[in-house]
Amino acid sequence: MSPDEPGIVVVGASLAGLRGAEALRRGGYAGPLTLVGDEPHAPYDRPPLSKHVLAGELRPDATALPHLADLDATWRLGQPAVGLDRSARVLRLADGVELRYEKLLIATGAQARPWPVTDGSGPLPSGIHTLRSRDDAAALRIALAAGPKRVLIVGGGLIGCEAASCCRDLGLAVTLADPNPTPLARILGSLIGSVIVSCMNTAGVDFRPGTHVEAFEADASGRVCRARLKDGAAIETDCVIVALGATRDTSWLAEAGLNADAGGLTCDSACRALDSEGRPAPGLYAAGDVARCPSPFYGGRLVAFEHWGNAVAQAGHAARNMLANDDDQRAYRHLPSFWSSQFGINIKGVGLADGADAVAVVQGSRASRRFLAVYGREGRAIAAISFDQARWLPAYAERIEAGAAFPPILGATDQSIKDFGAPDFPEPRSR
Amino acid sequence: MPHDTLFAEVTDPANRANPYPLYARLREKPVSRQSDGSYVVSTHAAIRSLIFDPRLSSEDLPPSQRPPTGNPFKDWIVNPIKNRVVNAHRPLIFRDPPDHDTLRGIVIEQFTIPRVRGVHREVEGIVGDLIDKVRGRSEICLVEDFSYPLPVMVICRLLGVPEEDEEQFQKWATVLATALEPDSRGDEKQRHATATAFDAISDYMRGLIREKRKNPADDMLSGLANPESGKPAMGDVDLIASAILLLVAGHETTVNLITNGMLTLIRHPQELERLREDPERAPRLIEELLRYEPPVHFRTRKALGDIDIAGITIPAGASIVLLFAAGNRDPARFTDPDRFDPDREDNQHFGFGGGLHYCLGAPLARIETEIALNALVRRLVAPRLLEDPPPYRPGASLRGPEKLGIGIERIA
Repeated sequence: MSPDEPGIVVVGASLAGLRGAEALRRGGYAGPLTLVGDEPHAPYDRPPLSKHVLAGELRPDATALPHLADLDATWRLGQPAVGLDRSARVLRLADGVELRYEKLLIATGAQARPWPVTDGSGPLPSGIHTLRSRDDAAALRIALAAGPKRVLIVGGGLIGCEAASCCRDLGLAVTLADPNPTPLARILGSLIGSVIVSCMNTAGVDFRPGTHVEAFEADASGRVCRARLKDGAAIETDCVIVALGATRDTSWLAEAGLNADAGGLTCDSACRALDSEGRPAPGLYAAGDVARCPSPFYGGRLVAFEHWGNAVAQAGHAARNMLANDDDQRAYRHLPSFWSSQFGINIKGVGLADGADAVAVVQGSRASRRFLAVYGREGRAIAAISFDQARWLPAYAERIEAGAAFPPILGATDQSIKDFGAPDFPEPRSR
Repeated sequence: MPHDTLFAEVTDPANRANPYPLYARLREKPVSRQSDGSYVVSTHAAIRSLIFDPRLSSEDLPPSQRPPTGNPFKDWIVNPIKNRVVNAHRPLIFRDPPDHDTLRGIVIEQFTIPRVRGVHREVEGIVGDLIDKVRGRSEICLVEDFSYPLPVMVICRLLGVPEEDEEQFQKWATVLATALEPDSRGDEKQRHATATAFDAISDYMRGLIREKRKNPADDMLSGLANPESGKPAMGDVDLIASAILLLVAGHETTVNLITNGMLTLIRHPQELERLREDPERAPRLIEELLRYEPPVHFRTRKALGDIDIAGITIPAGASIVLLFAAGNRDPARFTDPDRFDPDREDNQHFGFGGGLHYCLGAPLARIETEIALNALVRRLVAPRLLEDPPPYRPGASLRGPEKLGIGIERIA
């Protein structure tokens, strides 16, 4: 390949971008390779940000991802992509640079869903944080180290719960406000989420179920001092963590004629980006949080996973297909998995639990906070979650991949199956 | 030889010196039903899958039975109660979750880094003394003179057993070690001997625990007997069972590892020479040793539910033999598996078992073996085997030489 050939450009220099680029090199790609990242930092690892970094055990800049292959790439960091011209095969960056590409891997990830600012509500007070990037974590760490009187966390998803756990470890007073009856209700349902409620009670987190934060009030210095709730009550706080999940910034693709919105960029099963007509766009692939692909284990449902393991596996798969011929584009088959550590418990899950119509604790017990639970839908096992019982999870994952009946493994040690019922998911939220 | 009697061949002492051709035959079927109704698992992939299967139970030990004494009070009242107590409080190697996990967590907490570091110095001292003792001889028995005394001395010091009682411990350990041998558990005479030794060591431990409560020292037994408030603690019967387990499980296994190590090194003189020149090779060499000549060849489990694996169904209630030593030689997992190659990469062996019962004492065994082998290759000048293969002990699972005669020029 001659030097002026455009080669492959990877947009997004986080986990999926880096691992995708490495997979291209390992797959034998020897041409020009460019990595574009909106942040100025070299690729870093996000899971420690809401755990060790907040706890002060790890410096934010000590999270760099190791490079697993010699990339020999051109890096363009600190420059977000702002536009894509598919017919000319040109990617435009914020500084005006135009990059030609032969093939493009889109791995631009997701951003923390910001606190919605409406016209007339004025500027947001200071002291309100989100937690997604390394800079977010660094700023929040400084805020927590200053010893706020009460931290208010809005949203009881994984990030909200991990942050609450860290704050208690730091000895800070914490209130967690969640519209649902329990934390993790959206991903695990409230039957399992109730275990986190009991952990929070033990740890001294003030958990407020069914609570809607409406607005923040600032003191004279412009710093947050109070959160106003929908029911008219208020929570005094001087440090807020908004943990409302993530959105995909696909606005730079607005003019590209693709199927992209805040929920992701729609792809086919081979990780090829689809145009607005639903056809694979030539040379365009996506991986990681931004890629919304049909999942073979969930009836082809389009899902954009926000999981570390998916970013690695999907980037590798997309890279493989990028180097393969058009008649050898393989489908991505990946049972999603995630982990979290909070309140001294190692939580690991496989599959997509939302959509389940039943859940059963198949090993251990909720009361002991050491258990494995399986989710079922229409008589099939579709997901499993473990609290401090991760060693058994692969056995269940294998059964779930095989489409086994629910519950899938009978006769396990420490099994009574007395604890089962509806998983109790909240109503889907309107976007 | 029909496939369904191959495992009986494995347990036949005549095949003790080289069971590996039988393992190769067994691996032709990853899971094979034997004529006695048990299922032998012999490929790396099948073993790996089953050690992480929640339907495998380790609670398959036959109930305790104390021998008749002729004293009706003992035979009809005391011993049946003792039997029941012991049956309800098995060591964690024969327990399933959740009890297993609780007990294991408590024991692991006592394997602290300073304590293991302390062991390092102790082992160096003991190893030096044992080799000094054979100075002047031209022939030694590695088992009797070296590998047999070492592990018990180490575990006694770690537990906090007074030095003057170590000899008694050696005797108990020898009897009790056979209780871990699956094919000898059914033997009534053996079980009586085990029960008698168990009672004796239990009484001793009970006294020692009382002593550790009165005068706590910095040892594992003191730690186990005096738990920090708020932390999980075990009852006295579990405490005694755990202490006995540490003694027994750490004994013959380590004897085997060290003896097999020296046997393998003398059979591979180039490797012996390389280790002598570069003691830093020991960790890799020991990993390969754990693959090539593991101290425990198999463990048994019971299926709690029907398990579909490798094209067959293991029915609930069936006995399962996890043939770790066969998985270690599986050509589908290891290139050139019958070659002893300490430079092997990606050596995921089952030398310490696997899954939730993975050897608790693995770090200790590695330290002991490293110090022992390094000292032996440095100080035994021109070692040669007096008999090859050496005679083996009867056990097929805890497989190891009964004697290992080594001729030497001198002790350096």
